[in-house]
Amino acid sequence: MESVGSIIIYVVVALSIILFSVLTVTTRKILRSATYLLFTLFATAVIYFKLDYEFLGAVQIAVYAGGIVVLFVFSILLTSKPGDNSRSLTSRKRITGLLAALATLVVAGGALISRCSMAFSSLPAMDNPDMKELGSTLMGAGQGQFLLPFEAISVLLLACIIGGVVVARKR
Amino acid sequence: MDLTLIYYLVPSMIMFCCGVYGFITRHNMIAMLISLELMLNAVDINFVVFNRYLYPHALEGMFFTLFAIAIAAAETAVAIAIIINVFRAAKNIDVADLTKMKN
Repeated sequence: MESVGSIIIYVVVALSIILFSVLTVTTRKILRSATYLLFTLFATAVIYFKLDYEFLGAVQIAVYAGGIVVLFVFSILLTSKPGDNSRSLTSRKRITGLLAALATLVVAGGALISRCSMAFSSLPAMDNPDMKELGSTLMGAGQGQFLLPFEAISVLLLACIIGGVVVARKR
Repeated sequence: MDLTLIYYLVPSMIMFCCGVYGFITRHNMIAMLISLELMLNAVDINFVVFNRYLYPHALEGMFFTLFAIAIAAAETAVAIAIIINVFRAAKNIDVADLTKMKN
């Protein structure tokens, strides 16, 4: 059994995820869209905190909400005037989008229903992974440890820095 | 009331569908990128929730999400560099109007 407070937190977070992700894709002002994305990302971080992954929640806030959204806001302000509305949708495009979204919903929902017994498993007990465990998992080369992906990410980030500079510099 | 696995999967499924809808209907390149972030974020939630509920003593799902966040950040930075460059060349980032490389 969950405590009442935890259920209230869950309801608020789930409703805000649904509401703000719908608003993100339907609002006509692009800066507002970025702001709603920020709220969605915060709600996701709350889910991570709620599931006892504090480190992941902190990373989500720092990298997603702090880094990516700032990049979005900067580039929106660089490329469009603040008061601009996006042009209104043609009904054909809206129907295509709705059909694709519904098809995704049906496929994903069908997969969810076909695994019904798994979908109702309740929360098992777990100790929060402490920093020492996280560090040894990230830096170890044994089984279930992630040194190689870590190094691959560092090379990817280097390539990304070089790519960003080369693409965006003035000629 | 017990918060089971499905209580977390349904909001993330709706988030993913919103991402699909936005990716198809948006004209602005940055708005399309925002929809893409929504989809990535929904998948991240799924990884973490499955890890927590089905394999509580493993950390694979959590680390996969960690790496996915890093890759999403890199991807967004490069994509925005490209978008700003396109804007500089064409004064416009509407996907319907960028037809210079056709024919």
